[in-house]
Amino acid sequence: MDKAVVLRGITKRFPGIVANDRIDLEVEKGEIHAIVGENGAGKSTLMKILAGIYQPDEGEIYIFGKKERITSPGRAIELKIGMVHQHFMLVDRFTVLENIILGAEKRLGIALDEKKCRKAVEELLSLYNFSLNLDARVEEISVGQAQRVEILKVLYRGADILVLDEPTAVLAPQEVKELFNNLRRLKSEGKTIIFISHKLDEVLEIADRITVLRRGRVEGTVLPSRVTKEDLARMMVGKPVMMKLDKEPVNAGDVLLSIKDLVVKESSGKPVVNGVSLEIRGGEIYGIAGIEGNGQKELAEAIIGLREASSGRIKACGRDITGLSIKEIRDLGVAFIPEDRHRQGLVLPMKVWENMILGYHTKKEFLKGKSLNLKAIRRFTKNKVEEYGVRLSSIEQPIEGLSGGNQQKVILGRELSREPKVIVASQPTRGLDVGAAEFVHRELLKMRKKGRAILLISADLEEVLSIADRVGVMYNGKITAEFRPEEVTSEDIGVYMLGGDVKAGEGK
Amino acid sequence: MFFGELLASSLRMAVPILLTALGAVFTERSGVVNIGLEGMMIVGSFWGALGAYYYGPYFGLLLAMAAGMFMALIHAINTVTFRVDQVVSGVAINILAYGSTRFLSLAIFNMATTSPHVSGLPKINIPVLSGIEFLKPLVTDVSPVIILALVLVPISSFVINRTVFGLRLRSVGENPLAADTLGINVFKMKYAGVLLSGILSGLSGAYLALEHTGMYVEGMTQGQGFIALAAMIFGNWEPKGVLWASLLFGFSEALSFRVVEGGVVPYQFVKMIPYVLTLLVLTGVVKKSTGPAASGVPYERGLK
Repeated sequence: MDKAVVLRGITKRFPGIVANDRIDLEVEKGEIHAIVGENGAGKSTLMKILAGIYQPDEGEIYIFGKKERITSPGRAIELKIGMVHQHFMLVDRFTVLENIILGAEKRLGIALDEKKCRKAVEELLSLYNFSLNLDARVEEISVGQAQRVEILKVLYRGADILVLDEPTAVLAPQEVKELFNNLRRLKSEGKTIIFISHKLDEVLEIADRITVLRRGRVEGTVLPSRVTKEDLARMMVGKPVMMKLDKEPVNAGDVLLSIKDLVVKESSGKPVVNGVSLEIRGGEIYGIAGIEGNGQKELAEAIIGLREASSGRIKACGRDITGLSIKEIRDLGVAFIPEDRHRQGLVLPMKVWENMILGYHTKKEFLKGKSLNLKAIRRFTKNKVEEYGVRLSSIEQPIEGLSGGNQQKVILGRELSREPKVIVASQPTRGLDVGAAEFVHRELLKMRKKGRAILLISADLEEVLSIADRVGVMYNGKITAEFRPEEVTSEDIGVYMLGGDVKAGEGK
Repeated sequence: MFFGELLASSLRMAVPILLTALGAVFTERSGVVNIGLEGMMIVGSFWGALGAYYYGPYFGLLLAMAAGMFMALIHAINTVTFRVDQVVSGVAINILAYGSTRFLSLAIFNMATTSPHVSGLPKINIPVLSGIEFLKPLVTDVSPVIILALVLVPISSFVINRTVFGLRLRSVGENPLAADTLGINVFKMKYAGVLLSGILSGLSGAYLALEHTGMYVEGMTQGQGFIALAAMIFGNWEPKGVLWASLLFGFSEALSFRVVEGGVVPYQFVKMIPYVLTLLVLTGVVKKSTGPAASGVPYERGLK
C-alpha cells in the first residue's frame, strides 16, 4: 500500500538559517502522525511546504505514492492535502457556511447555489458528527468552533490528508477532548492526520507515531507506547529537561498589589474587565487562567497604566496607583512583561543595548549630564547579557535578529533588574521553546523567593498550575473561581474557563 | 411642481455620485482603497466628450469607460502588483488625470478648459408615469444613463452578495491570506474590483459631460469622486445603501442650486452644503460603519 506522504531530503533555507535540513518523513495512510519540536525546529516550515505555501529548495515529495510538486495552496488542495492553520484563516465577517464553501462554491450559473452548498456541508456535519451553526458569523463563535470550521473547510474540499498546526494551543481542556474525539472519528473514516504540537502529553495521547524535529532535522520517529514524556523532551531539546520545577514554600509577606472592583471598558463602552478584585502578597504568584480574550490583557494593561480604569481602585506597594502615568507606576516598582514582545516589549529595529534600558533611560546611572552615558549602559547590558545567558553576536545588533527566547531574556533583564516589588507577567512564555520557558519560570520563582508579588497571566493552564500559589479563572471579564493549584484538576479549571461552574454541574 | 422638479434635479445630481460610489464599493470590497476615483471621472468626462464629438454619444460612453478603466489599471498595477501605498497612488492618478486632460484638450480642441458642445444620448419619456402631473419632471426627458445607474444598484447588490464572484471579492477584502490559502487568486480579484471602479467612474464622468452639461469643462467633476467615497462609507459599502447616500448628496446639491436662485443666503455658503454634509457624514457615521477588514492593506504572499 502506498504511503500517504513521503518526504525525501526536504531542505528549505531562509536568509541566515536552514529551517529544514534534509528532512525524511513517512506518514502511513489512516494514521495520526505527530510532529513535535521546539519553536524554530522547523515544524511549521515543513507543513507550509506540504501546504504549498513554501517551495522546498531541495528534496522530493510523494503523495499517495506519486511524486508531486506542490506549487500552490490550490495544488495542495487538488492533491487532497488540507491544512488547518494555527492562526485561523477565516473571514470573521462571513458566516460559518460561507467560510467553508469559499473557493469551492457550488454554482447556479454565475450565482451561488446556497442550497446545494448547505446540503453538502450538512452531510459532512452528520458524517463526522460535528456540531456547528452554519449561519453564525465566525466572529461570534468560540475558538473551538472556529477550529471545527477550519477542519470542515478542508474536508469539504475532499482532503484525505489533514495537517493540523498546533491545534490545541488555543483550546480549553474540554475543547481539546472534543477535538481529539473528532480526530479519532476522522481517522476511523480513513483520513490521514498530521498533528503538529509541542505539548507532549497530548501527542502521547493521540498519536500513532511521533516524529521529533530539532533544529531543522529529524531526530527520530518513535511509537508513543515506547517513550515517556521525558524521552520526548530530551529528543526535542537535545539534553535532559527538568519537567518539575522546585517550588519552595515561601512565607507570604504584605499585600503588595491589591485590586478592588476594577472595571475597564472598551471604546464601545462594553466592559472587558468587569469588577475584578484580588490581592497579591509579597512572595506570592497569583496565576490567572482563562481562554484569551476574556479580559486578561486589559487587566494587565490597566495595572500598568496603559488603559484607563472606568471604576475601581488599584493599589501597588501601598499607594493608590489608579490614574497615575505609566512612568509613575513603573517608578513605584511595578514591572511589566507584556504579552506581545514585538509590539510592546521591544523596539525591534533598535540595538540590544538600547532595548535593555528602554523606559529606564532617564535613570541617573545611565546619564551623563543630559546625554546618555553609553559606557555605563553598555557595561550594564553586558552584565545582564551574561547574567541571563542571552545568546547574541553583539549588543550592537538589532534585537529583531535574536530568537524569541533571547528577546524575552532581554526583557526580563530590563524589567527585573530594577528590583521591582510587583511584577505583571502577561503570557511570559508564549512562543518560547521548552528550554527558554523553563528559564522564565525559574526567574519568576526566584523573584517569588525574594518576596515580590507576581501576577502571572497565561493561556497555558499547565504553566499556571505548576508555578502559581493561587489560581483565578477569568471568564467574561470576571474572576469566576479561585483555587490553590494542589486542590484542583485542569479539567475543573477548564469548566470555568468555558464559563461553567463545577459545583452547579453545568459545564458546557 | 416645485417639489417634483427638486426631486428630478436631485436624481440628476445623484447619478454621477451613485455610479462612482458603486465603483468604490467594488474596489473597496476587494480591499483596495481608490481615492483616484475623482481622476477617473475626469478622464471619463474628457474622453467621453472627445468620443462623442467625433463618433457620437454611444462611442463617447464606451471611450469614457475605457479611459476610466485604463486609469484604474494603472492604480491596480501600482497598488496590487507593486504594493505602492494606495493613497499615494490615488493622488498620483488624480494629478495625472488633471494634467493629461488639460494637455489633450489643448492639443485636440485648441482650448485648455472646455470642449466644443457635444450631444448626449436621446432622452427617454417613461410611458404611463409621464401622464401623472406630479411625476412629470421625474419621468420625462430622462437620460438613459440615469436608468442604467438605477438598474446597476440591484445588479451590483446581486453580484456582490449572491454570486461566487462577489463572495470571493469580499473574502479578498476581508482576509486575503485566508482567500489565498483556499486557492482564490487574490490578485485577480483585486484587479477586477479596481477595474470595475474605473469603468463605473469613467461612465460617471461621461454622464457629466454628455448628459448633464453637453460639453467637457475642466473641473466639472467638482470633487464628486471624493463625495462618492463618502457616499460609499455612508452607504456602508452596500449598493443599496450607496443609492440612498447618493440621493442625499444629490438632494443637497439640488437644494443648494434652488437656494442660490432664491438669493436669501450668500451664494458661497449655500454652495458649501454638499461638502459640509460630506464632512459631517465622514465624522459622524464612520465610527458606526465598518469597512472591509483588509481594505487599504497591500497583500503580499509569504508574509505573516
